[in-house]
This record gives sequence, C-alpha cells and structure tokens, in this order.
Amino acid sequence: MLGKLDWSAIPFDQPIPLIAGAIVLVAILAVLIWVVAKGHLPYLWHEWITSVDHKRIGVMYILLASVMLLRGGSDAIMMRIQQAVAYQSQGFLPPEHYNQIFSAHGTIMIFFVAMPFVIGLMNLIVPLQLGVRDVAFPTLNSVGFWLTATGALLVNLSLVVGEFARTGWLAFPPLSQLSYSPGVGVDYYAWSLQISGVGTLVAGINLVTTVLKLRTKGMNYLRMPMFCWTTLASNLLIVAAFPILTATLAMLLLDRYLGFHFFTNEAGGNVMMFMNLIWAWGHPEVYILVLPAFGIFSEVVSTFSGKPLFGYRSMVLATMAICVISFMVWLHHFFTMGAGPDVNAIFGIASMIIAVPTGVKIYNWLFTMYGGRIRFATPMLWAVGFMVTFIIGGLTGVLVAVPPADFMLHNSMFLVAHFHNVIIGGVLFGAFAGFEYWFPKAFGFRLDERWGKAAFWFTFLGFYVTFLPLYIAGMLGMTRRLQHYDVAAWRPWMFVAAFGVLILSIGVICQIMQIVVSIRNREALRDRTGDPWDGRSLEWATSSPPPVFNFAFYPDVRGEDAYWDMKASAQQQSLEHEPPEYRDIEMPRNSPTGFICAFFATIMGFALIWHIWWMVILGGIGAFATFVVFAWRDHDEYVIPADEVAAIDRVNLEERRGLVSMAGTI
Amino acid sequence: MAMTATAGRAHADPHHIGVVIEHPGPAPKRTVTAYGFWVFLLSDIVMFSCFFAAYAVLSGQTAGGPKGSEIFEQRNVAIETVCLLLSSFTCGMASIAADVRNRFWFYLGMTVTCVLGLIFLVIEFREFSDLVARGYGPSRSAFLSSFFSLVGCHGLHVSAGILWLLTMMAQVFAKGFRADVLRRMMCFALFWHALDIVWVGVFSVVYLLGSGV
Amino acid sequence: MNLLDPQGPVAAANSTILVDSVFIMLAIVVPTIIAILGFAFWFRASNPKARFQPDFVYSGRVEMVVWAIPALTVILLGGVAWIGSHQLDPAAPVPGTGSPVRIQAVSLDWKWLFIYPDQRIATVNTLTVPAGAELNFQLTSSSVMNVFFIPQLGSMIYTMNGMVTRLNLRADNEGKLKGLSAHFSGDGFPDMMFDVNVVSPLAFPDWVAATAKTDAVLNEESYTKLMQQGIEKNRLTFRLDDPRLFDLIATQHIPPGPGPDLLSDAGRPHSGAHDAR
Repeated sequence: MLGKLDWSAIPFDQPIPLIAGAIVLVAILAVLIWVVAKGHLPYLWHEWITSVDHKRIGVMYILLASVMLLRGGSDAIMMRIQQAVAYQSQGFLPPEHYNQIFSAHGTIMIFFVAMPFVIGLMNLIVPLQLGVRDVAFPTLNSVGFWLTATGALLVNLSLVVGEFARTGWLAFPPLSQLSYSPGVGVDYYAWSLQISGVGTLVAGINLVTTVLKLRTKGMNYLRMPMFCWTTLASNLLIVAAFPILTATLAMLLLDRYLGFHFFTNEAGGNVMMFMNLIWAWGHPEVYILVLPAFGIFSEVVSTFSGKPLFGYRSMVLATMAICVISFMVWLHHFFTMGAGPDVNAIFGIASMIIAVPTGVKIYNWLFTMYGGRIRFATPMLWAVGFMVTFIIGGLTGVLVAVPPADFMLHNSMFLVAHFHNVIIGGVLFGAFAGFEYWFPKAFGFRLDERWGKAAFWFTFLGFYVTFLPLYIAGMLGMTRRLQHYDVAAWRPWMFVAAFGVLILSIGVICQIMQIVVSIRNREALRDRTGDPWDGRSLEWATSSPPPVFNFAFYPDVRGEDAYWDMKASAQQQSLEHEPPEYRDIEMPRNSPTGFICAFFATIMGFALIWHIWWMVILGGIGAFATFVVFAWRDHDEYVIPADEVAAIDRVNLEERRGLVSMAGTI
Repeated sequence: MAMTATAGRAHADPHHIGVVIEHPGPAPKRTVTAYGFWVFLLSDIVMFSCFFAAYAVLSGQTAGGPKGSEIFEQRNVAIETVCLLLSSFTCGMASIAADVRNRFWFYLGMTVTCVLGLIFLVIEFREFSDLVARGYGPSRSAFLSSFFSLVGCHGLHVSAGILWLLTMMAQVFAKGFRADVLRRMMCFALFWHALDIVWVGVFSVVYLLGSGV
Repeated sequence: MNLLDPQGPVAAANSTILVDSVFIMLAIVVPTIIAILGFAFWFRASNPKARFQPDFVYSGRVEMVVWAIPALTVILLGGVAWIGSHQLDPAAPVPGTGSPVRIQAVSLDWKWLFIYPDQRIATVNTLTVPAGAELNFQLTSSSVMNVFFIPQLGSMIYTMNGMVTRLNLRADNEGKLKGLSAHFSGDGFPDMMFDVNVVSPLAFPDWVAATAKTDAVLNEESYTKLMQQGIEKNRLTFRLDDPRLFDLIATQHIPPGPGPDLLSDAGRPHSGAHDAR
C-alpha cells in the first residue's frame, strides 16, 4: 500500500535532522495558523498563490531562494565545523549524515537558491525593462515557479522522511546506482530535480519568448538594457541545456527503477557517458547563473556611475560569445579521466577562451566607472566587491583549465574554493546587488543602507576568510568531501574557514536585520517617484511598486538607456502634460493552475520516490485534469477600465512631477 | 497593435546607410504562442538528441545479447513509418479545417490522425512486448537499454500527443473554434509534425543503420 | 602533502606549470584589481577633482586593448596548456634509473589494493616503491569510481570498473609520502588514504623478498573477500597467486564489488534501505 515507506523512514536515532525538521514543521504550522487566524488566507490565495503577475511570481521566486539559502547555509556551517573538529576523530557528524549534508548543500545552493534567485530577478525586472505588461506565458510562469517550489519541498522532506543522496550534488554512477545507493536518497535527488527542471525549462522558454517577441515600441535589440541581453543568453542556455539534465537523470532513474544499463558497471553500461552528459548540462549551467549576474552588474555600475554602459555592443558580443562557447568546454571537468593529451589540451584552451569575453566585461565595467560620478550605495558596493572577487575566481578558474595544473588540483579543496569564488563572488553578489537595487521597485520603499552596507562588508570579509584557507588546503593536497582526516597541516586552515563561516553568518543576519528594519521604517524609506536611484532603464519609468499593468501606455523607446533619455530630453515635459486618452487594458486572469499542478506533482514525486504506484497514477491524472480544467475556462483575461487606469496613472505622474521639478531646481 | 514599421533616421539618410527599423512593439498573441512552442520543441529535440547520443555510444554494447540486425523487423517498421507520415498529413488537414472552421473535416482529420497514431503505438507495443518475451528486455544489455529508451521516449511522446489530440477534439466540441483553441491546435500540429521528424531520425539511425550491422 | 614540495619529476613539472600560470595571470590581474579600486575611489561622487565624462561610452582604442589583453594572456596560457598536456600526459613515459616497476592499483570499497605482478606480491593501503625507478601504474576499480592521487608525486587519474587507466610516475627521494582517493566513493571514502614508502633501489628487493614470505595469498577468493565494503586499518600484505588477477578484475571476469550489505547494520543508511530490492 505504501511502497517502501514505513516507520523506519523517520530518523528517530538521528537528533540533528529530527530536531531541525521539527523546528521547521512548527515554524510552518505557526505561520499557517497565524495566516488563517488573522484572515490573511484569502489575500494570500488571491494575490500571491494564484497570481500570474510576473512581479509577484518574481518576488515568490526570490523568497523561495532566500529561505533555501538559510537551509543551504546551515548545511555549510555544519560542514565547516565538522571539518574543523574531525582531525583524527569522527567529529560530530557520522559519514552517512555528513555525506547527505554536502550533497544537499550543493543541490540546494545551485538548484534552489541560485536558480530561483536569478530567475526571480529576471521575472521581476525584464518585462519592466522591455516596457511591456507581462511575460509571454503568465500562467505557465506560475506553473514554473510552483514546480520549482515542489522540487525544493521534496529535497527538504528528505530531511525527515527517508534520506537524501549521499553521492555528491551530481550523483555520479556507479555510486548512485541501486547496488551502491540502495536507499531513497538518490531518488529524492533525481525526482526533485526532474520536477523543478520542468519548472526551470518553462521559465526559460517563457523568458526567451518574452525578450524576443514582447518588446515595446522602438525597443530594438541593440537598445535593450544589458540585463535583458544576459537574460536572453541565460535562458537560451536553459532551453538548450536543461533537457540534457532531464535526459541524463531519466537514464539514471531507468537504471535504478527498471534495471536498465546506461551507467551500470554491468552489461555494457558506460559511466563516462554520464560524466559527459551531466557536464554538457553542468557547464552551461554555471553560465546560466552568472550571465544574469553580469547583467545586474552592468545595470548597477552604469546607474551608480551616472554614465551609460561603456562599450555596449562589445558587451553584447561578449555575452553571446560566452553563451555559445559555454557548450564547448564541458570536458575540463574530467581532465584526469585519461582522455588523450590532444583532447585535454583542446578543451583546456576552449575553457580559457571563455575567459576572454569575461575579461572584456570586467574592463568594460571598469571604463564605465572611469569618468563617472560614482555613488556608493549598497548595490554599487556589491558590484565593486564582485569585480575584485570575480577576477580572483577567474584566475583560479583559468588555472584549473590548464590540464597539468588540474592534474594536481582536480576535486581538491582548491577547486571547492574556486567555484565558491565565482558562484558566491559572481552569482550571489549579483543576486544581492539586484535585490538591493530593485527592492524599492518591487515594494515601494528602499532598504536601510546602514544594515545593507554592514551585510556587504561582513559577507565580503567572511567570504575571503572562509575560502582563502580552502585554496591553501587544496595546495596542501586536501581533497573535497572528507568527513575526517589525519593530516595535521590541514587543520589550522579548517579552523580559519570555520571562523570565516561565522563572519558570513553575521552577514546573513545583517541582511535579515536590514529587511526587518526597512519594513519597520518603510514610511521614511518610501519611494514616491518610482526612480530612487536616478535610473536609466524603463523599470524606473513607472511607479514603485508598478501597477498590475506596469505601464498605462507602451513607452516609446528612442535609444539605449530609454528612461534616461526621456528624463533628459524634451519628453520630460510630456510627463507634465496630461496624456491624451487612456484605454482599457486587458490583463491575464489569476489562476490556481500552477499551485494545483504542483500539488499533484508533489504527490507524484513523493509516490515515485517511495514506489507507491497507485499514488503515482493519481498524481498523474490530477496534473492532467488540472490542465484540462484550465483549458476549459472561458475567460482568461479581465479588463481594467480606462478610468481606473487613468486614476492609477495620474497618481503616479503626480509623484513623478515632484521629482522632475526637484531635478530642475538642483 | 500597430504593426507598421517606421524607419527612423531614414529620411535623414538618403543612401539608407545605418537605417534603423524601429521595433513595432509587442507581437500578437498567436505569434508569441507559436514562437514559444517552437522554442519548447527545440528543447525537446535537445532531449531526444541525448537519447540518440546514448544510443550511438551504447549500440555496440550488446553484452552477449542480440544485435540490432537480429531483432529489427523491417516490415513492422515500414508500416509504423507509413502510419506516422500519413498521420502528419491528416493532422495538417485537420489544422486547415480548423483554420477555416469546418467541423466535419476537422473531426475527420483528427480521428484519422488518432487512429493512425494508435496503430503506430500498437505495433510498437507489440514489438516491445515480443522482445521482452524473448528475453531481450531493456535490462538484457546496454544496447537494448538505449534502444528501448530512445524508441520508447518517442512512443511516450506519441501517447501524450494522442491524449492531447483527444483533448483538442473535446475542446472544439465544447468550445468551438475559439481563438485560444485555435492557438492550441496550432501548437498540437507543430508537436505532431515534430514527432514525425524525430521518427525519421529514429528510423534512420536505429532501424536502417542498425539492420545493416 | 604540499603540492609545492614535489618529490618527483611529474609533480615538479605540474607545480612549475601551476606556479608559472599563476604569475602570468597575476601580471594582468593585479593591475586590473588596482585599477578597479583606484577608479572606484577616484571617481567617487564626492571627489570634486575627478572630471565627470558622461559621454565616454565608446572608444575603439580602449575596446581593442580590452579584447587584446585577455586574448593575449589566453594565447600565452593556451600554449602552456598545449605543451603541458602533451609532455605531462599521465600515460607518457617517465624515464628513470633501473628497470621500471609495474604496479596494478585497484580501488576497492574503501581501500587500495596494490598488485606487483612481476614481484608476485600485493599490498593493501601501502605502496612501497624504489626511488628513481619509473613506476608504471595500471589502474582499475572494483566497484565505484575513485581517483588515485599521490600529491607530491603528481598527476592523478580516475579508476573505473571495467576499464584500465594508465599513469607513469617517479619518486626521486626516499621517504614517506601520503596518497589518497580524490573522488568521493561512499561512506568509507576518508579512510582511503594510503602510505607511500619510497625506499632505496637496494632496499626494494629486500622488501619484496620479506613481503613474499607472508602466509596470506591473494587469489580470486581472498580478493572477493577483500572487496566487501569496509575500512581496512591493517596494512595487509599478500603473496600473489595468479599474476593475471588484475586482468580478471579489469575485464570483469570477477564481477564488480557488491554494495552495502543490506542485512548488516553497517550497510544500513539511516533509513530506507531495508526495503530496497
């Protein structure tokens, strides 16, 4: 009846996951009770859960990423403490637990922190920057988000029901095969990624179509803000790379569930094929993450330097070059597998070539600052911190792309330090910069600068204190994923790294404080103009938060930096004139399709993991029925009458006029 | 939505050098939907290409089991191919019928498509169950694993397509040729044709190349 | 285990390339970082001396330089990578004094088995080699993937079941080194560290002779026992019964090692495994 599921699935003998799980459960219940008791449930349902508004969905993506950041972060803290104490001892985490933690840490940080964070920011901002009212497929957008959330839910469920994979975040076979990993851990891993992978693919298709087909009047390709370009590149990569992950995991699952022989030791299976396939997805994946971050930094550096982006066309070229080359370098993840010297050298050089457009980007940001008038608001601090940190990560990256150097550094702590260097220094700093930069747009008030700056400095410092020691440990021959070790020389560096994580945690606490303080002082921090940073692109041309329809009229774009031009040119006056006539606006109707579909996906995923076949069928039928019901509805849009549009827009213009006249007096 | 492209700067530039065609604005819904679905199909083809790649890598790994030439039956594959190619034609007829809002030809086209798809699936299912019965199931060898997955993945797509097809017929029955129904019909037709193209790949790579070895 | 303290020619060449590459890149990276911090500081909004140039948005000359700098660096490093990959290919011969020593390494769950086919002996978790001689490694795995790595001797290489990888090394100085697995392979992975004793070429035959006197015999049967999942604290030694044992393993005539024993407590993950097939 319940497949493999029985009481032994609950880890009664493991206090850490049990207590953690209990706390989370209590917290969720408390929030739910509070929501219901205060009567917020209808609001939550109508305004958020069923919302198909790209801004709301973007915010929910970022919320999911933030919560998962705390989960992944606590894994990181446990790992650092374990390695600090596990010198000639077992530390406080037994291997079967420690191995789950590093696997979960990697999986969560990549799939459920970095991905939703950048997808959330793209969702929130790209339609605004393009001057349009929504993404191409609003309901699918909601489906995509909720499927991602399903994946995250399943991963976290493994904490208390069963176990998570103990194979590392890429679950290499044969270790991940049934014979060596008989538990449900790998199944949790694979099914969560399959489900959230569908969500990611949907988001990718949606954003590609949005950028290519939905742009306001005059928004030619070479007038798009840099963030839109990097969004396009990143989502093209999603569309091209995520199906590879889906296929690869499908093969692994077929091996595990139906006795196929794709990656088994027996009957002619080929584990090296898994390596090739997973990295053919995995390497583009890192560019999927970092390209949007590059876009964010382009916006931030240009805005806070008070200048257009230097070498815009060069940046576009560099972005698209990275997009293409990123598919040609996957083999550098396994130089040490014994491929011939020619193959190694060619992939090594290809990997270095990708550093060229990346280097160009750094220099273009540098020259954007040159001759600027730089304001060091929090987003700009993240941007400068990123540039310095990312160069170092780039250096070590090119270093491990040199095959002979990689023969010494492969899978070492040096490598761990390298990819944290680029993912934290690149993606996470970028996500935080974007968060600080666009928060006022999403919520209508700015974030507290003092706490924001404190968060930056603690994170920046904490990053170096954590990861420089790991570089050194790698140079001392330390490999990754060691639950304990006997080499005395490694130990001091593990202590320093554990201390660094403490500093990083203070950074995270500062960020939480920043949000709390800002919400409490929101009236003082209110952004009435819609343009708190003196911005350059169209998202600042509407109110903060924007009305549901974003723009009462499609803006008419005449060049790069569309809003800057509007502010600078005679169009300024057009703000002061009453716009000719407002029209009715049709907007997509909210739909619970995404939520219900994800509900059935959760059931189906859980049932597949535990081999509860009747429940799998139930979930499948439910998901299909949801789509049919959605397809059956008669009204998928509702009309906002012209009067209402006019009323909303007039308030916005009133506030903006204040800004313009103020600008005139300075 | 104005679809007229205005050529900015052109009047100041008699030689039409550096003409900037002003982007006309957001595309109409039908274009957007079709475009998005194309992008989806591309991603689906990427997924198929992984299974093709796996088949190419593993096709020699028979682990003492049968080779392709020992298990493929040309006659069945020929019937399958004819069914699928014909069904693409009838699916095209159904789309045209939908565009001109002719219910009779729409239902007829869709029904024939459905029947042809089902014949294809039945033949494939019999081929599979026959192989399994002879002990040549997917767990026999890596070659058979990759064969079953590649062909089976296409078969699953066809099954999903038939489910979609029936849903489309029910939609037209209940809702008529509404704009959103027509958009979905267009996507379905794209999907069905794409499956045909994938089958051409499967037919050539698996059955034609495989039977020679 | 310091990578920058190489004890053999392969490690020395690897670490030279490593250090050289770092310096080539530092020559670009350090000025760039200084420029970033310098520009950011000088062009701060509160500096009245900095000239505001909002129109400085394109310069062909600057563009050429910014594409050229990383491109030239990469061309230089690409040359290093090309030459280095060929010279330091793990399978390339490493000439040494005396006759080469053939060693067949098998990664087991979770220990290393070193077979000396010519000497007809085998050891577990201890690798004894003569200084100065070429060491020809053939490597495979009894079950999951591992990576064979002796940091101070250089290049690492994967071990995979059903496949043989090759690696040639040389240890120049007598002494004790450490080796490890550099690819996660399961619960006992941290205990896959092994000792490397580099002895003098004269002492090596003595060690072989002493080892050959052991009672324990390595054959298919004892190998099958050895490959059960578990950690081996004793430094076992064996006489080698059949010098073709490695080939039997690599060609899967001896089937791959089993996974966790589902009935024993050691094989039990904290849940779930009980009902697994």
